[in-house]
Amino acid sequence: MTSAPLSLSPAAARGRRNLLWARLLRRATPWLFTLPAMAFVAMFFGYPIVQNVVMSFQEYTTSTFYSGHAPWVGLGNYVTILSSYLFTTTLVNTALFTVGSITFQFAIGLALALFFKRNFPLSGFLRSLLLLPWLLPLIASSAVWKWLLDQESGALNQFLGLFGIPAVPWLVDPTLALAGVIGVNIWLGIPFNVAILYSGLQAVPKELYEAGALDGATGWTAFRHITWPNIRSVVSIVIVLGVVYTLKVVDIILGLTGGGPANSTQTLATNAYNKSFVEFDFGQGAAISNVLVVVSLVFALIYLFISRREPHE
Amino acid sequence: METARKRHGKAPTVAVAAVLVPLTLSACGGAAAGVRNTGPLVIQDYYDELRDPLYQACARRTGLDIQVNHIAGPGLIPKVLQQSSSRTLPDVLMLDNPDVQQIAESGALSPLSDYGMHGEGMTPGVVKAGTYAGELYGLAPSVNTLSIFYNKALFKAAGITKVPRTWDELRATAKRLTAPGRYGFAMSNINTYEGSWQFLPFMWGNGGTEEDITTPETVQALQFLVDLRNDGSMSKSSIIWSQDDVIDQFIAGKAAMVVNGPWQIPALRKQRDVDWGTFTIPTRLASQTTVAPLGGELFTVPRTGDRARMADAGRFVKCLVSPEQQLETAKVTQTVPTNPEVAERAAAEDPAIATFVTTVRTARSRTAMLGPDWPKAATKIYNGVQLALTGKAPPAQALRLAQGEGAAR
Repeated sequence: MTSAPLSLSPAAARGRRNLLWARLLRRATPWLFTLPAMAFVAMFFGYPIVQNVVMSFQEYTTSTFYSGHAPWVGLGNYVTILSSYLFTTTLVNTALFTVGSITFQFAIGLALALFFKRNFPLSGFLRSLLLLPWLLPLIASSAVWKWLLDQESGALNQFLGLFGIPAVPWLVDPTLALAGVIGVNIWLGIPFNVAILYSGLQAVPKELYEAGALDGATGWTAFRHITWPNIRSVVSIVIVLGVVYTLKVVDIILGLTGGGPANSTQTLATNAYNKSFVEFDFGQGAAISNVLVVVSLVFALIYLFISRREPHE
Repeated sequence: METARKRHGKAPTVAVAAVLVPLTLSACGGAAAGVRNTGPLVIQDYYDELRDPLYQACARRTGLDIQVNHIAGPGLIPKVLQQSSSRTLPDVLMLDNPDVQQIAESGALSPLSDYGMHGEGMTPGVVKAGTYAGELYGLAPSVNTLSIFYNKALFKAAGITKVPRTWDELRATAKRLTAPGRYGFAMSNINTYEGSWQFLPFMWGNGGTEEDITTPETVQALQFLVDLRNDGSMSKSSIIWSQDDVIDQFIAGKAAMVVNGPWQIPALRKQRDVDWGTFTIPTRLASQTTVAPLGGELFTVPRTGDRARMADAGRFVKCLVSPEQQLETAKVTQTVPTNPEVAERAAAEDPAIATFVTTVRTARSRTAMLGPDWPKAATKIYNGVQLALTGKAPPAQALRLAQGEGAAR
């Protein structure tokens, strides 16, 4: 008699424990499915970022590679870069470069997308030609542009010369150089804008235009009240992604001017590159790129906010 | 040659290296030590096949089996950093001379005195370039420096019979040689180390110093370049020209006098359009001596952990920098032997390099004063030159502004 409750209670306990396990497993299942993704993100995004943050607090130089020794300098690197006369210049240049590039890339991209929406002979062929700047290696296109923009023998100045305009020092004059670099970057960014905006325009139901036309909405009115509200989500995504891509542009600037003349085209990104890979001061380079990461992060959050809000509209 | 040209575009390797450092450090820490590797002696440089016969000659003389790895210029330092963190450095490593002290500082190189080399019979500038903290880490068979190449036909046409010796004469000559579509003078004032290297003969020749770039001597030197630009004798584009762009202008007949180095001689001999000569870079006063920067690469013996192989590598380097090899190297690469007597013989054989032989005698290495901190000074120098030549600030203020960069450290 005494043994019965004894033998029963372990069984009951086991049953309860199994139940607990099952419930735990059920609750953990979704997490287990995300495990590969989390491991991937941690390894390829988390680790480098953490490493970059750590590096920015160290005096990390060429010696570190052999000795493995990187003295901790606290905020020293940040103090150095923030107090440098270059910091304001690079910050302003980054802002001008980004705003200038995005504004024109978007405006021209949208105009071209609207143009190509009406199908006409060869429009498909022309649209694919438009992708060309995107397909060329950046370093090749920057070399070609450097040659085109040359003051004395560049094709652009020779063309302008036909109209009696004297040679323009595109990449030599500190005030013009930034405009020149922005211009090339606009040329580079148009395909991206056209491609995305064009697909956004395709998704606008044709019936809306037909219905609108019956009510007298054509041309600008149709664009203002039918097209724009329908592509708004695409527009915001194009702009936010464009900003993030433009903030980190290095290759095109290095290829055209190397940040010069007199640092007039130096941005946060090119300055970080110079500090790390030309001067081999990896600590300061990391500090500047962390500033850039924070700026990009602000825009990434805006992107998240927009993409979360849109579906409920 | 010059560092800057070889320095861009090295991002990917270093980025990867930077990320991998902590991993490789723990993984490969002591693996190399004590293990006797039996393959051929590995030599790493950024030259091309032209050098191979020189290496082979020493391989025969020392009885060593060698394997030569040529790395593309800009990739060398990133590769070396990667190799030093994974303890896979080559047995013999060539380094551009301003990089030697930085790499020596990291502890990756072994002193050449271990192999019985003390730099005796070498131009003092070369020994200084290879010395860090009192120890000699690298030596070179031959070196280079900067001088001015001039177009003989244009000089003749302008009725100029003697080459300029002072800045005033240079300025006047440049003005006379300037014509529509042609500049009297050209040099590279680009915003890289290459631009600093080209400014040094004017700065040093006038007594300027990299320790403080705001001294009146350096201001005068920069003012001189600004004057040349204002005269219209030097193109405004000099601030975006590399040294190769400058020699292209010279060969195209668009520049009558250009600052450049002996490594351009083979290219100049290949073309038939321009009949050229060389002269040393003028100084402000006739009484001053030209002080140009010393260029060229040094051979070093990295600490690979294998004593026997390091001894072999030492023997090999000793052969590479021996007087007989120096003359051979100078002939193949159009450079100046590091032993002054051998240099005289080379100058007698080839008048084109005679000017460079003279200049090397008084040339200074860029790291002689600041050691591993030279890159920081070089950055300030090209920034100052650019600020002044773009007209953003007058020379004195430009140099003060540039000096301020990083002063908070």
